[in-house]
Amino acid sequence: MSDDELIWRIAGGSGDGIDSTSQNFAKALMRSGLNVFTHRHYPSRIRGGHTYVEIRAAAHEVQSRGDGYNFLLALGDSFARNPQEEAYYGNEEIKPLSENLDDLREGGVIIYDEGLIGEDDIEALDLEARAEENDWHVYPLDLRGLAKEHGREVMRNTAGVGATAALLDMELEHIEDLMEDAMGGDVLEANIEILHEAYDSVNEEYEFDHDLRAPTGEHDAEQALLSGSNAIAYGAIDAGCRFISGYPMTPWTDVFTILSQNFPDMGGISEQVEDEIAAAALAVGASHAGVKAMSGSSGGGFALMSEPLGLAEMTETPLVLIEAMRAGPSTGMPTKPEQGDLEHVLYTSQGDSQRVVFAPGSIEEAYEQTRLAFDIAWDYQIPTIIIYDQKLSGENTNVDVEFFDREPSPDLGSTLTEEELREAAHDNSGKFKRFNHEDAENGVAPRSLPGQKDGRYLATGNEHNPVGHISEDPDNRVHQMDRRLEKLESIREELDEERESTQTYFGEDDAEYGIITWGSSQGAVEEAIERLNENGHSVKGLSVSDMVPFPEREVTEFVESVDEAMVVEMNATAQFRGLLQKELGRFGEKLTSLLKYNGNPFEPAEIVEGYEVNLADEDREPTAQVRIEPAAGD
Amino acid sequence: MSAFNAIGDEREIDRDEYTPGIEPQPTWCPGCGDFGVLKALKQALPEAGKTPEEVLTVTGIGCSGKLNSYLDTYGFHTIHGRALPVARAAKLANPELEVIAAGGDGDGYGIGGNHFIHSARENHDMTYIVFNNEIFGLTKGQTSPTSPKGHKSKTQPSGSAKTPLRPLSMSLNAGASYVARTAAVNPNQAKEIIKEAIEHDGFAHIDFLTQCPTWNKDARQYVPYIDVQESEDYEFDTTDRAEAAEMMRETENVLNEGTVLTGRYYVDEDRPSYSQEKKAVGEMPDQPLAERYFDDDAEWERSYDLLERHT
Repeated sequence: MSDDELIWRIAGGSGDGIDSTSQNFAKALMRSGLNVFTHRHYPSRIRGGHTYVEIRAAAHEVQSRGDGYNFLLALGDSFARNPQEEAYYGNEEIKPLSENLDDLREGGVIIYDEGLIGEDDIEALDLEARAEENDWHVYPLDLRGLAKEHGREVMRNTAGVGATAALLDMELEHIEDLMEDAMGGDVLEANIEILHEAYDSVNEEYEFDHDLRAPTGEHDAEQALLSGSNAIAYGAIDAGCRFISGYPMTPWTDVFTILSQNFPDMGGISEQVEDEIAAAALAVGASHAGVKAMSGSSGGGFALMSEPLGLAEMTETPLVLIEAMRAGPSTGMPTKPEQGDLEHVLYTSQGDSQRVVFAPGSIEEAYEQTRLAFDIAWDYQIPTIIIYDQKLSGENTNVDVEFFDREPSPDLGSTLTEEELREAAHDNSGKFKRFNHEDAENGVAPRSLPGQKDGRYLATGNEHNPVGHISEDPDNRVHQMDRRLEKLESIREELDEERESTQTYFGEDDAEYGIITWGSSQGAVEEAIERLNENGHSVKGLSVSDMVPFPEREVTEFVESVDEAMVVEMNATAQFRGLLQKELGRFGEKLTSLLKYNGNPFEPAEIVEGYEVNLADEDREPTAQVRIEPAAGD
Repeated sequence: MSAFNAIGDEREIDRDEYTPGIEPQPTWCPGCGDFGVLKALKQALPEAGKTPEEVLTVTGIGCSGKLNSYLDTYGFHTIHGRALPVARAAKLANPELEVIAAGGDGDGYGIGGNHFIHSARENHDMTYIVFNNEIFGLTKGQTSPTSPKGHKSKTQPSGSAKTPLRPLSMSLNAGASYVARTAAVNPNQAKEIIKEAIEHDGFAHIDFLTQCPTWNKDARQYVPYIDVQESEDYEFDTTDRAEAAEMMRETENVLNEGTVLTGRYYVDEDRPSYSQEKKAVGEMPDQPLAERYFDDDAEWERSYDLLERHT
């Protein structure tokens, strides 16, 4: 836990504008030269309900949310003030304050809106005594009154930001610039006035007795603040994807929205359709006709895509699908992160069906692997799935702008031109041998597109012969199956030999113990490993991002090199550890699990504690809401 | 220059071009109405000036799904009920293609009913032929969404308690801009209707009565049939929604009493097709998207140019 970082939490009612306010504040911190990481916590409700966004900012790298936080801006919950709603939900007005106190670090700073949170509430909370005990520094301010006086009540977010800046000794310059970008006219004027008024009145009214100040830092290059959803959408754009079909579902909707907003200006097509079966089927249809297409959903909607997924595999239609996980089963907890759909994505759809599955662990990886997914899907004519979760989807962090300065790759992979088709193999009646197992390379038989001369064939979900006709001939069946099955092996070979590994390693090579993780838990694991080593442990980490085809060589080497390894994942049944053992076929006695499934992502300290309890054999139970699953046979 | 030169190829077209040169021969039962659809299509397509390689036939699963095994166009035999979403997207991706979707009554009105409603609602420019034999044939004779009330089958041994679905009325209400019914026993009308449907700019739905001599012996062979345009007993305006609706209802009512009414029921030439609507709101490119991937001069936008909003 370092003191050179700010972890600012803005808490209020859902629908109170917490998101946009925090986004701008995070950008202001980034522009001031800091690295930032945001974490969003919100309920599955339209309006109201306790919600917060946390911004972690430091001069050093930040790849995860921190342990707890050190600055609370508690707005009141405007929605809760509707008396009829209060009957249902109880008095939520004080929740932005009361619900957030447990995680606030010692020495932390609190601003609360005394325009909404009354003296009685404060007494009921026993805030004074708790503040004394924890060395919290409390600054009550009438944010609501201030906003009302100079503008409108909803602008109390701005008042809160102004007060925050004053208490942290920050310049207002970046905040003002961002406001000017986002609004204009009277609204802008009022907001600027409120910002300054709050800033000045805090400086005038209070003698500061806290130590916390905004850290200072400097970037070597221009930074962009973006989320995992942005990264996936941008990876798709740069891969030449111009068709997306979908149906809204949290958290997948983010990617769908970003592309739907950008495609019209790029000559692309977005289709919101009747259900997820149609969504995936449309992507198959568009791809069949020659366009780089994608679809996606979250767990429940992805379940409906099982049929078109199998169709794409059997007809060898290139396809990219996104699976944005949220806590299940069934409707589960729609706005909470979990890594519980791995097995669903690996095994859904009947028969020996095959697909590629990537699980990016960071925003950069989300971009890289999305581009890779399109390359692989169009080269090998196989469905490729990006699986990620609500955490990576919603968190924002800063990335070098230059990272995105690359050439687009709209290439259609193993698709023939008419010229090439004329030279290709046809049967005696002139029909194109689309599924020709004889000349296939790496399992791939090049394809034609409807409308091309000399390319006519039948695509079918039935087993079929080289020109696509339905066939149950045993020899043909084995040829076609073997050819299709060869693809995954060839893809693994390409990934191992021609591409940079997307697996991420932490710590020293010769460390005694290992932590293995996958997907969005990567950042928290990275930070936990740093701390463990600082505390005298000998531990290294591996974050796996290729689920299928599995990077067997890399993972084997890692597991062989350590005495024991703990697998960290955000689900209750150790799904990734299961995959690992299935793929490697051994090491059962070496692998334990640290599991979390309460709806909140791992904090680094929880992994540190899990490691100490589990691998460092400390005789105690974890205090965090996690579960340790022993090694096979234990 | 186009990358799809089969499209718009103007030449004399022999209907034999639509028959696969070697196997497979149709595996439909002798006397099956599906032969009637195949024959009508083979006649209508050349008359509409379409070459086999500019046509994409998308089918579902069932006896009807085998259509594109025997019709030598580009074909996509999809999965049960999902022909329409695949077909729609192919048309959006390359609007120059002639897209024909086909399936059975179970496929289109049952498992794919949702897609049917929305495809009609959106008025995609394509032809949708439903092989309506009022039964599940390929799975050997179970009751379908259009089976008459009281129809006995292995899965409804005491007779169906359900009123049959009204395909024409449903289509009209959902928004199809061309709705017709024809029958395999009426080849000339079938060919003409298919040709009109292909030429129509919008969602053209043909409910095609295809007798099933194997599993639906109770059903009539759909003879004698009456063409509502030719018969003097029926007078209505196919461009008038209300009159069309009334005529459709009558047609659906009398079918199970043994009176087979066929013909054009609703034709709306003014309603813009979906791609026209989508272009009008600026969400669809003017040039076929599929062409762009072959255009060496095409400019591909980059995410790098979108980053301003993130800095």
